[in-house]
Order: sequence, then C-alpha cells, then structure tokens
Amino acid sequence: MNIYVLLKRTFDTEEKISIIGGQIQEDGAEFIINPYDEYAVEEAIQIRDDHGGEVTVVTVGSNEAEKQLRTALAMGADKAVLINTEDDLEEGDQFTTAKILSEYLKDKEPDLILAGNVAIDGGSGQIGPRVADMLGIPYVTTITNIEIDGSTVSITRDVEGDSEMIQTSLPLLVTCQQGLNEPRYPSLPGIMKAKKKPLDELELDDLDLEEDDVEAKTKTLDLFLPPDKAAGRILEGDLSNQVQELVSLLRSEAKVI
Amino acid sequence: MGKKVLVLAEARDGQLRNVSFEAIAAGKKVASDGEVIGVLIGDSVGSLANEMIQYGADRVLTVEDAKLAQYTSDGYSQAFMAVVEQEQPEGIVFGHTALGKDLSPKIAAKIESGLISDATSVEEEGGEVVFTRPIYSGKAFEKITVKEGIVFATVRPNNIEPLEKDESRSGDVSNVSVSITDLRTVIQDVVRKAADGVDLSEAKVIIAGGRGVKSEEGFQPLKELAEVLGGAVGASRGACDADYCDYSLQIGQTGKVVTPDLYIACGISGAIQHLAGMSNSKVIVAINKDPEANIFNVADYGIVGDLFEIVPMLTEEFKKMKAAQV
Repeated sequence: MNIYVLLKRTFDTEEKISIIGGQIQEDGAEFIINPYDEYAVEEAIQIRDDHGGEVTVVTVGSNEAEKQLRTALAMGADKAVLINTEDDLEEGDQFTTAKILSEYLKDKEPDLILAGNVAIDGGSGQIGPRVADMLGIPYVTTITNIEIDGSTVSITRDVEGDSEMIQTSLPLLVTCQQGLNEPRYPSLPGIMKAKKKPLDELELDDLDLEEDDVEAKTKTLDLFLPPDKAAGRILEGDLSNQVQELVSLLRSEAKVI
Repeated sequence: MGKKVLVLAEARDGQLRNVSFEAIAAGKKVASDGEVIGVLIGDSVGSLANEMIQYGADRVLTVEDAKLAQYTSDGYSQAFMAVVEQEQPEGIVFGHTALGKDLSPKIAAKIESGLISDATSVEEEGGEVVFTRPIYSGKAFEKITVKEGIVFATVRPNNIEPLEKDESRSGDVSNVSVSITDLRTVIQDVVRKAADGVDLSEAKVIIAGGRGVKSEEGFQPLKELAEVLGGAVGASRGACDADYCDYSLQIGQTGKVVTPDLYIACGISGAIQHLAGMSNSKVIVAINKDPEANIFNVADYGIVGDLFEIVPMLTEEFKKMKAAQV
C-alpha cells in the first residue's frame, strides 16, 4: 500500500508564547511533531506492517523541519520529503500549504493519506480536507479507529463525543484524533536506521509551481497575547462558608449563574 | 459596501443549534448593509427556516433530499455548492462545529478561497472585515482578513452574541433543487456517548476533573454538579491518560478548546497545555488541595481543599439556590 503522512513541525505544547515585534518568538523554543500528526505517523506504520507497502512522510516548511521528519523515520516511516519554501515564500496560509501538498501528491497515486485533524499552532484543521478535495478523493476527519479490508475501509470517527461508524473505500484521506493509537517512541536502532533513510528536499520549482500559484488568500494583520488576568481570590474561612460565598459571588459578582 | 452572505445553519435533534444564531450575527457583520441568506440542508428542514429569519436572516434557502438526512461531506458539499452557484455570494459563515470543521475546507477548496477558521469575533475596520481567532490554542490571538474574493469564516460557538429574536420578522423561504450523487462515505451507525446531550464546545458551564479525581467513579460528584447547573463534564489530559474518562472529554491544547461562562476546575493542577484549552473561559473557579497549584493563577475564585468534600457541598448549595428561585 502506498501510504503518505502529512506532517507539521509545531511548538511543544509546554511552551509559552511570546510576541516581539509582531512575531511569535521562536528562539530557544522546543519543537515537536504536531501531536495529532504523530497519531498519523503511528497509524501509517501499523497499517504498513499489516498490509505491506511504504510510508512516506511529507512536510511543507523550512530546513528546521528535517528534525521532525527524521523523528518520523526513526519511528518507522520509510521515506521523508521536505518541501522547502523558505527561499520562495514569505507568508502562506492553508490554501498555500494545501495547494503545494496536492501538487506534490497528484501523480503519486496514494492509496491512503493520513494527517492530523488539526495543528496545535494555527489550529485551522483545513489542510486534510482541502488536499483530499484537490486530489478528488474522499476524506474522513477525526478518526479514532480504522480497519482496511481490500479496498473497503471501516472507520470510527469522533463527532463531538459521539462515534460515527463509516464505510468508505481507498483511495482515501483521513485525519487523526486522539484515542486512535499510542504513538511509539523512536527506538535507538530506529534512530540509527533513520539516518540512512531517504529524505528528499524539493522546492516549488520542482513542482512546477510559481509563487503566484500559491499566494495566500488571507492576511494576518496583528498578533497579540490574551490580556493578563487579575489575580483571583482564594476564599477563606470555614469550608461550608466558602462554598456559600462562592455560590453567592458567582451569582451576584460574576453573574454567570 | 454591502455583501451577500450565506450562513449555513445546523440542527441537532430537530432544533437549530445556538451557534447557528451566532453565525447569523457574524454574517450580519460581514454583510454590513447587505443580505444574509440562511441555508438549511437536510431531508426535511423547512420548518426551521422561520426561526433563522427571526434571528436575523433576510431570507432562507432550503436544500432537501433523502440523501441529506445525515451529514456527509460529499452530500452537503453538493448541496451547498448548488446554493453558491445560484447565489454567487461574497461571504460565507459556518459554525466551527464538527460539521463546520469537516465541510468548510472542502467548500474553500472548491471555490479556491481563503478560510478563516474558528473566529471568536468579527468587526469592520476601515472598510475591511477583520476576524479575531485564537492561535496556539488560545495562548495567542491573531487578527486576520481575507485579501480578496469571498470572505469565508467559521465561528467558534459561545463567542459571538446572537441577535435578539424578533418574532415579527418575516422573509422569503425557497427551495434549491439538487440531485445528490456519488456519496463516497456512508454512515452506518452513530453511537451517542454524550449522554445528557450538552456538548463541551457549546456548554455554558463546564465542570472539569483532573488527576485529583483519582478514578472513573471520582467523576460522579462532578457529573452531579454538572447536572444541577445544566453543564457538561470535561477533563484534563492527566485524567484521560490515567483512564479515568474518555479522550473525547479532554480539554487542552491537545483536546478541546472551550470558552464557557463558568469553568470549575476540580483537582486540576493547571499545566500549560491544559490552560491553553480553557483560560479564555469567562469565569474560572479552581478547587484544589494544593494551594500552590498553577490553576489558581488563572482562577477568578479559588477554594483550597478536598474536591470530594467541596463539590457535593457546591451541588447542594446550587440546588438550594435553584429551589429558592422557583
């Protein structure tokens, strides 16, 4: 089976965000594979192990994303592709990324494409469905289980806490939700092997794309941090008095009850 | 200049969801002095049209077909694109719900437009429609606009005030006919987990438990408190990882991002990844044994103590309050 994983390098979830000069500060921050994409990598490896084939991890980004691609290779992916837009693009949006990925994928004849359901930085969740539509294949988002039998695919997806059982077929794109699997840690032999696995680098030119073809449709005007909250009130006194005071504060001061 | 804006409504259990009214209000902002057209898709949805008009839609288009009884991205995109082709809108607003998240990128791909997902506010600034949306799960925000073409956005539930319902409003309701073909995904069954039907992303009150809840049974007092307040139960990653509850309840940077009116955090320490998911709630109450817990730094009100003692007392106190109100 020809399996592709769409992967994004993101800030670690434990990082605080600071903004200097209108830009998110990246200096010294830890970066990781977007946690939802990690589920995608793990599922892709398991599906390949059961059905045979090859897993290729693809990212759109800069040189720095090589580290996350190597991690995916160390987990067990076979090949990695970095579509490096550092020199070509100053800014991009979800249209940009989806267009680049679909141009890359259109002649690869993928059977299955896996992606995270959302990236924890931009948080739009658009890339998977956009790519699927551009490739003309069906997609299922926020999956928590997938079984493949021939070209028939049975999926469970999370819909606001409810579970939908879905039947569809390959070729297919899915986006992964928490609960799908437990992503493995790269093993030491895995890390050694990953160093020798192919990691190809492409630029827009290689995909016959011009800057204009992928120009962002949206424009970020400003970035800002949420307002600092004033320190809260720790209630004091007898516990039952505290509880009564809290209820009355919620009612008369905060007015939320 | 006024725009023509389509707003896709969404029903659950035969009722329009609140987020649909919020989306109409957002649509009005995008439209300026233009027209807001409500769109209803389903097998039999015409009866809901009037309520959309009462909440501010100027007219409503329905797309009805037996194949649209359940949401599928193929079915709904064919239905919605039929409306787009007929109306040639300049703006589109969906709710940022499971359906909206699934469908909006497909529509954006078809019309080759930008898409501003998960907006928490929309304003007109200097003739431009400017949206605010959280990034890094609410650790920061961006102001963003569409450069050219259709202004397409999804709005996060609970953030944009719906317009006042006006029962005297009236407007045209008409049908767009479409033949739905080639549904490539088929829903075979739906298992409802959310027993009380209050969805986390739309809940006005959330009672969340962390590692301090200690077990699956430990969530029981939280459920009882949620029931009294008509709220939903959520959890921290710690509680989910420890198997005290299902991952669908997880709130945080991985998990759901919520902004209820009242968030009561019980036995949650307040890791950065959890705070990202809830710190924009209107009022936060923290209950924790550890007076040094980080959660107290974002809480409006805190009680230091044992949640198993405090939560049932709170439930009783709210019950008393409710009884006194009747």
